[in-house]
Amino acid sequence: MQPTFTWSGVAPALPEIYLAAAICVLLMVEVFFGERRRGLTGTLTLLAIAGGAALTLACAQVDARVTLFSGMYVADPLGTVLKLFAFLFLALALLYSRAYLEQRDILRGEFYVLALSALLGVFVLVSANSLLSVYIGVELLALSVYAMVAFDRTSGVAAESAMKYFVLGAIASGTLIYGMSMVYGLSGTLRLDDLAARLTEAPSLGLVLGLVFIVVAVGFKFGAVPFHMWLPDVYHGAPTAVTLFIATVPKIAYFALAFRLLAYGLGGLTGSWTQMLAVLAVLSLVVGTVIALAQTNIKRLLAYSAVANVGFLLLGFVAGTPTGYGAALYYMLAYVIVTLAGFGVVVVASRRGFEADELEHYKGFHARDPMLALSMMVVMFSTAGVPPFIGFWAKLRIIEALWETGHLWLVIIAAAASVVGLFYYLRVVKLMYFDAVPAGLPATEKRTGVRFALGLNALAVLALGVVPNPLLELCERLLG
Amino acid sequence: MITLGHMLTLSGVLFALAVAGIFINRKNVILLLMCIELLLLAANFNFIAFSRYLGDLDGQVFVFFVLTVAAAEAAIGLAILVVLFRQRGSINVEDLNEMKG
Repeated sequence: MQPTFTWSGVAPALPEIYLAAAICVLLMVEVFFGERRRGLTGTLTLLAIAGGAALTLACAQVDARVTLFSGMYVADPLGTVLKLFAFLFLALALLYSRAYLEQRDILRGEFYVLALSALLGVFVLVSANSLLSVYIGVELLALSVYAMVAFDRTSGVAAESAMKYFVLGAIASGTLIYGMSMVYGLSGTLRLDDLAARLTEAPSLGLVLGLVFIVVAVGFKFGAVPFHMWLPDVYHGAPTAVTLFIATVPKIAYFALAFRLLAYGLGGLTGSWTQMLAVLAVLSLVVGTVIALAQTNIKRLLAYSAVANVGFLLLGFVAGTPTGYGAALYYMLAYVIVTLAGFGVVVVASRRGFEADELEHYKGFHARDPMLALSMMVVMFSTAGVPPFIGFWAKLRIIEALWETGHLWLVIIAAAASVVGLFYYLRVVKLMYFDAVPAGLPATEKRTGVRFALGLNALAVLALGVVPNPLLELCERLLG
Repeated sequence: MITLGHMLTLSGVLFALAVAGIFINRKNVILLLMCIELLLLAANFNFIAFSRYLGDLDGQVFVFFVLTVAAAEAAIGLAILVVLFRQRGSINVEDLNEMKG
């Protein structure tokens, strides 16, 4: 059959095509006007994101699953929703980080171009229907993010953390394609839908071996214990604006990686990979929670909290049912919304020459800046899983999904980890509200636009917790 | 006669060498980059062996993509290495220890 390219044949992939074109245009704008007009690329990027979101909505597939490019790419409602969320989260992250970049003289167009190419990687992964497109998406995202971490060329710590991230990330992608080669060899196809159709019998040893490699790679990307070594160093070493980005937007991609590759493509091996993920999830919960207790740096604290949260998210996959995947999707979205506000506060509280990343800097934060302190308190309560914030429903859904599938021990471990985690989240709240302000801390960022967006973000954490049903039902409909 | 089993064994050995190289090597970051290349090539070898065995071209097309991405990856890795060397004046793996905890 001769493949033909028609306009209607590529229309569902318009968001990706638009994004690739936008990246080229922005790169050109930066080359010709970047020196004279410092903030121009940033503003245009936000406009490009708004345009992209509108386009994605316009060519959305409602209740239909369309594959194109010889089955390499799939457009479905899940993909559309994840892309829209990715646009929203990226726009917020860029909005919060602008002042930070300006004050450190690193407000350059490259930052925005790299962020958009990372977003393109997320999109490719979200819409992947072939092992090849999964790999391309993972690499496009990872390579952009490595460059972003090393972006501040005057910072030795950033270079060091970028190097660690690069080496461990490259091992992860090597492991991923090694596992993929095994799966390809033993099934004879690269397409995920064909894989799902072919792998129905009991798996052979080789297939399970390939699966181990793939699960290790997924664990690396998520930062699940024992593959979490890079995560605290990268969160700590990267400029906070970049940390804000890598802690949020790529999580969508990693959820898509786990869902498309494991839950969908290798769905016939659910019995095998759920056991492997269960080990990773339990280790992440325990190690993340315990080590976070000892942290004095808020970026590292949030990094270990991310490890513990990844444990929770993976538990949704361990359930191995559509309810479980829906709960994992909800957990991921809730986590990203909360984390945006959390790192948003850290970014907005920092000034030139003052990173605001030690817990010490948050003593008496309420007296210095009540609005930011309130936002941070909402973040801490939500991550701890206190009702009525969104984090509570996210944890509850995961536990419900595990309960339905009879994983009693996992329910107990998850609940215990949440209770221990409560201690260090509440410690931050205590520091902010009941301790005296140390002398010599600079004032926080006062720009109204950023503070308004951050306030709305914190409000969303509360509002989506008080009215959880719309988002919950959306997640269930997408995966149910 | 060289069979699929021989090819897979060779690629397994290459993979193990690469991983061992990454974890045992305590001296030079450039050696790490070389080991990463070896890791990707081990997977490529697997793809080509399976592709020939299955009589299916998809695996070989995959290898072209991996080779291209590996080139981009090496470029980014070396760029980070240059930044690191400017800051530290050293590319020793043991010097990458500023962050702890």
